Amino acid sequence: MPTFEYAPAPESRAVVDLQSSYGLFINGEFVDGGGTSFKSISPATEEVLAEVSEATDADIDKAVAAARSAYTRVWSRMSGADRGKYLYRIARILQERAREFAVLETLDNGKPIKESRDVDVPIAAAHFFYHAGWADKLEYASLGTNPRPHGVVGQIIPWNFPLLMLAWKIAPALATGNTVVLKPAETTPLTALLFAEVCQQAELPPGVVNIVTGSGPTGQAIVDHPGIDKIAFTGSTGVGKMIARSIAGTRKKATLELGGKAANIVFDDAPIDQAVEGIVNGIFFNQGHVCCAGSRLLVQESIADEFDRRLKRRLGTLRVGDPLDKNTDVGAINSRAQLDRIVALTDVGEGEGAVRWDSGCALPTKGFWFRPTIFTGVSQTHRIAQEEIFGPVLSVLTFRTPQEAVAKANNTPYGLSAGIWTEKGSRILWMADQLKAGVVWANTFNQFDPTSPFGGYKESGYGREGGRHGLEAYVKTGA
Amino acid sequence: MNTPATDVDSTLDATARARDLVGVSRLTNSALTGWLHGLPGVDQVGCEARAAGLGTRSIKTTSKAWAIDLAISMIDLTTLEGADTRGRVRGLAAKALLPDPSDLSTPRPAAVCVYGDMVTTAKEVLGDSGVKVAAVATAFPSGRASMAVKLADTQDAVRAGADEIDMVIDRGAFLSGDYLTVFHQIAEVKKACVRADGSAARLKVIMETGELVTYDNVRRASWLSMLAGGDFIKTSTGKIQPAATLPVTLIMLEAVRDWRDLTGTMVGVKPAGGIKTSKDAIKFLVTVHEIAGEDWLDNHWFRFGASSLLNDLLLQRQRMTTGAYSGANYIADDSPSTAY
Amino acid sequence: MARVDVKKTYKLYIGGKFPRSESGRSYEVYAAPSTTRRPRTEPPRFLANAAQGSRKDARDAVTAARAAQPGWAGATAYNRGQVLYRVAEVMESRRPQLVQEVRDAEGLSPAAAEAVVSQAIDRWVWYAGWSDKYVQILGGLNPVAGPYFNISASEPTGVVAVLAPQGSSLLGLVSVLAPIIVSGNAAVVVTSADRPLPAITLAECLATSDVPGGVVNIISGKASEIAPWLASHRDVNAIDLCGAADADGVDWAALEEASADNLKRVLRPAGEGAGAVEPDWSQTPDLSRLTAFLETKTVWHPKGR
Repeated sequence: MPTFEYAPAPESRAVVDLQSSYGLFINGEFVDGGGTSFKSISPATEEVLAEVSEATDADIDKAVAAARSAYTRVWSRMSGADRGKYLYRIARILQERAREFAVLETLDNGKPIKESRDVDVPIAAAHFFYHAGWADKLEYASLGTNPRPHGVVGQIIPWNFPLLMLAWKIAPALATGNTVVLKPAETTPLTALLFAEVCQQAELPPGVVNIVTGSGPTGQAIVDHPGIDKIAFTGSTGVGKMIARSIAGTRKKATLELGGKAANIVFDDAPIDQAVEGIVNGIFFNQGHVCCAGSRLLVQESIADEFDRRLKRRLGTLRVGDPLDKNTDVGAINSRAQLDRIVALTDVGEGEGAVRWDSGCALPTKGFWFRPTIFTGVSQTHRIAQEEIFGPVLSVLTFRTPQEAVAKANNTPYGLSAGIWTEKGSRILWMADQLKAGVVWANTFNQFDPTSPFGGYKESGYGREGGRHGLEAYVKTGA
Repeated sequence: MNTPATDVDSTLDATARARDLVGVSRLTNSALTGWLHGLPGVDQVGCEARAAGLGTRSIKTTSKAWAIDLAISMIDLTTLEGADTRGRVRGLAAKALLPDPSDLSTPRPAAVCVYGDMVTTAKEVLGDSGVKVAAVATAFPSGRASMAVKLADTQDAVRAGADEIDMVIDRGAFLSGDYLTVFHQIAEVKKACVRADGSAARLKVIMETGELVTYDNVRRASWLSMLAGGDFIKTSTGKIQPAATLPVTLIMLEAVRDWRDLTGTMVGVKPAGGIKTSKDAIKFLVTVHEIAGEDWLDNHWFRFGASSLLNDLLLQRQRMTTGAYSGANYIADDSPSTAY
Repeated sequence: MARVDVKKTYKLYIGGKFPRSESGRSYEVYAAPSTTRRPRTEPPRFLANAAQGSRKDARDAVTAARAAQPGWAGATAYNRGQVLYRVAEVMESRRPQLVQEVRDAEGLSPAAAEAVVSQAIDRWVWYAGWSDKYVQILGGLNPVAGPYFNISASEPTGVVAVLAPQGSSLLGLVSVLAPIIVSGNAAVVVTSADRPLPAITLAECLATSDVPGGVVNIISGKASEIAPWLASHRDVNAIDLCGAADADGVDWAALEEASADNLKRVLRPAGEGAGAVEPDWSQTPDLSRLTAFLETKTVWHPKGR
């Protein structure tokens, strides 16, 4: 009997019109940056996609000045209703150009096209739609009296959800009347630059959104710039702490969405097949490059062996490979550096005595790849149970009682998310109360919505993004 | 995976085997209830999300051609109307023998599915072609008749030459928690499928999932049907909406997968009703592939209960063979539909 | 012959007990010069010796706060509201003592001191009323685009370190403390260095008000000595730098920087730029001091049959 081989089903690249080089987007125009330009590559093939400018301190000065001028002269004077209309326009253009954004995101990031198509791009558009409606309704948002913008907001976003994180940042900032200087991650700048074109198409007033590309020093220049009133950062806890130190003693506000080491807790009465899906989605979605990834599976001892068997069987059906193929479940690791980190930490895991397993699936020869991997026999004291791997690696631990599950879940400096799998309603509510995490998914995982606040406890950062709560970070209130 | 996790003597009758699997000395309704209610729950949203995800698989070119032929070979070509005549059944059977006169490489459907009184007619046309005759029985579609009538209905069809019997469960008994009655009825019908020569018609158990409503019920009914000896679990009569949905079929595929893990025995799955397009059929095959596994990608273990699906598969097949979109006038049919 | 008074010993308040500083130190506390009468040349009037808290006292206080916090947060909102209201009741019953201590500490006229104590008591009542309401105001159902129940609710941040205002020894203290504990946080308070006595009397009110031991811990002493240890303490979740204004030797920027080590939530002192000023406590508060020490938790669950 022949097997059911899925023939390649690649999404066409023709929809994307890549330029060979991109400048910075400042004051509504693309301008050359003063630094050394760098290449953005496709992590799936190591093909160079485009050259991108590096913004220097002087470029950041220009961007902040453009944002300040746009804030003072245009954006802060515009009615909320009109600001909202610009956001609606942006949302519509994102929908119209959804395919283009999805393909470009997959090329630049390495994530499967089905995720960029079905998650990143539609939710990004939804964020603009949601916040567009807030722009003229801020007085109703229970934010305090006289809600008003901070002014110029500096935003620094990571490489795991480039366009979506841009939307999470820019939509609320603009809706509340701030102007923006945003830096995308150096490995994934292209959809942000394509978004700059969207701003042009939407005829957004020049300077309201400025996009500057570069790496760490460019981000530091934004954080340190005296013309910036507020920082919004998503990225590692290490960099988040640096930012918190940098702005200490100033009046700059900060929202920090940082790392996580979420526990995904499966009880013996869980809806078992959905729990398997939820665990798989929790850690292998987006190659595990997700701050809220369910990287620690806590499974009740009474079903641990059975669950392990089901999980591994399911992993055998995950399709790893060409991110542009519509049937790909797991794409490429975003960069050589990230792959090296994953390899190093998994080697540590093996060295510490955890049992390593992967499906042994074939991997492409070029590009950065890592097989979905499970470690069993993991203890809380293992580094792979403590450190954020940010890759497709699941550490499996066991527990005996709900109390023990909570204690283990909370036994981490992080507190971004958690998962609970049980059919018992009262236990879900008890667990949800006990878990120190900003987002608790019960009998589901990795769900995102513009109306739903997202953000962490403890060292996972502070502030919330999304929903009414997300607006708080972008306004000041009171007399 | 074929190694039975529980040691079951297959020569025992259904009740004895059930006692063994359930782990009780006497098969009571409360024993069955405890066992069925001990199955893991199904989260509706998660289950439907999983099915939808499988539905986004993109099956192209050679895979699509392969899947279309496989789907054709899995069809139980069905007519179950009060207005059925010998002529219509003969036409349907003829279509099964030669689905596409313009392309003799087209595979044949697995079976023709008719009411019991049409078995002889279908058998006359199909002979020993390999295309099976399946008969609905047990007071199909409602099942509201005495057990004696249901058994007579079954025996009648088997004697007339039916290769397969599609029975309905007593949904009323199931929904009122009388699992033991459902169990006994299936087991009795299974006995009635035995022919004089000792061979037996394969028994498909129609659960009418649209009336069971919840996925938890579908899972329990699937396990109950397998426990009682069903060779196939089947979604629907085709008379009730919703019929064969992808998530319901997914639950059933999980059930037969897990049943094989437990007993080492394979049971077939048949979604029936509402699957009309090639695209739909391929989604089901993807689901079979990724949930139950490749062993079920065979018409001995997976069937589509359908009528109009065949013509759509033939259209797609012609499109892939000729490169041009085809039309209803190029699909030979004894009862052509104006839908094309 | 006049009776010889029994003088009060002012001690620390840690874990529901009133210990002396582990360091064995105390310092002399003097009455503030009157704000209403002409300055006199006579030396400041000695009031009492206060315990001079140390970093180890702060450490012990954090331990006590951490132990007490889950139980306090786990109490019903109704219960927390009643406990806060009880604090107001007990303060009312000690009004003469509080008025005298505030007069001495802040140099106020009798009428002004009465007014300040009244406001401090009323502030407890105001926050007591919030205990079972702010969660409703701040959270609720989020209408996500899918078959999910999604709800956001506020939870306390955990253990909060507080630099109490240097100037307003009772009203200011209550104004920073009440919004922290009403939500279920536990507090470690460093009192005004020069005006610690009303804070210790407040501790006695708290100890007799059904506030569980360890929920509020009060350390008299110098913020410059203790605050850096609290700012860098990894088991402290948040810090209120209010009392950095006018505190000798306290650099709030350095404290904020140290707080970054475990990403403490920092409530900066009022003021512009690098400066810090003590707010006008007579103003009706808003919710900002309460919300500063809350976390938003969002819970998702599918809706299915």
